[in-house]
Amino acid sequence: MDMALTVLTWALLMAGAFFLLTGALGMVRLPDVFTRMHAAGMTDTMGAGLILAGLFVHALSAGDQLVAVPVRLLLILGFLWFTSPIATHATAKAALSGGVRPFTLAAAESGDLPESAGSGEEPGGARQLTPPGDGSGAGQSGEEQGGASS
Amino acid sequence: MNRAPWLWGILFALWLLLSWHFEPLFIIFGLFTCTVAVWVSVRMGVVDRESLPVHLIGRAVGYVPWLVWEVFRSNVRVARIILSPRMLVDPSIVHFRASQATDLGRFIYANSITLTPGTVTTGVTGDDMEVHAIVQSEIDGSEENDMNRRVAVLEGKDPR
Repeated sequence: MDMALTVLTWALLMAGAFFLLTGALGMVRLPDVFTRMHAAGMTDTMGAGLILAGLFVHALSAGDQLVAVPVRLLLILGFLWFTSPIATHATAKAALSGGVRPFTLAAAESGDLPESAGSGEEPGGARQLTPPGDGSGAGQSGEEQGGASS
Repeated sequence: MNRAPWLWGILFALWLLLSWHFEPLFIIFGLFTCTVAVWVSVRMGVVDRESLPVHLIGRAVGYVPWLVWEVFRSNVRVARIILSPRMLVDPSIVHFRASQATDLGRFIYANSITLTPGTVTTGVTGDDMEVHAIVQSEIDGSEENDMNRRVAVLEGKDPR
């Protein structure tokens, strides 16, 4: 029984670590702020969720604080899952309002790269940094801002 | 529906769960603190059906496990995109129509969209949801419709 719980704890912790690592890799590989946000979303939903689940199982099997520790872990998970989408949304909206144009395949193919595009693997996918809010980007930002205001 | 007793009950339960002390002194501190907190909240007028949606608790029991499952599925999907050597992303901003009647329902829908990786709500105007999707072609609407319908059910009829 103890053995099974230990194995389950480790499986959950490793699965959580896998999602954290994949999210971090996504932060490096993905082309722009909006797509990177999806990777960041992975770390604070499944990454944190599975690690907290692992700690939850461990707290149940450790047994000296049978109520206090598991309840706190559940509360942490609840607060995290309530607040992280709001932070993500705020980042996305701030980026749109600030004139960052979302990366699209069509723009990437025509060589019009809004931000650092490509992971450096493709030939010709050299990093090309343009400051946000230049000419056309600023024009589009006004449009997006109008559409996004709630 | 008077929400002040609900608030008091939730706060006191939280007090007991987090302190896990049952000596009379701590119980009295808790009773006093919760009462003051509820009194201040009621005076400020912040105890309403949006800040304390206790009418959703019953139906949320059905919604939350489904949402967790959806979050897991889309996590696996995004992880596969990131880990695949060619990393085929095709991001785009798409629009959905939300069918919830209240702001609270739309808030829950927008947050649920953002919570599932691969889709981030970037703006809500009326019942129009502006969503950034990492792979446009996978957002065919059926899954979002499912979530939209489930949030509308969760929100239910206005019990006020």
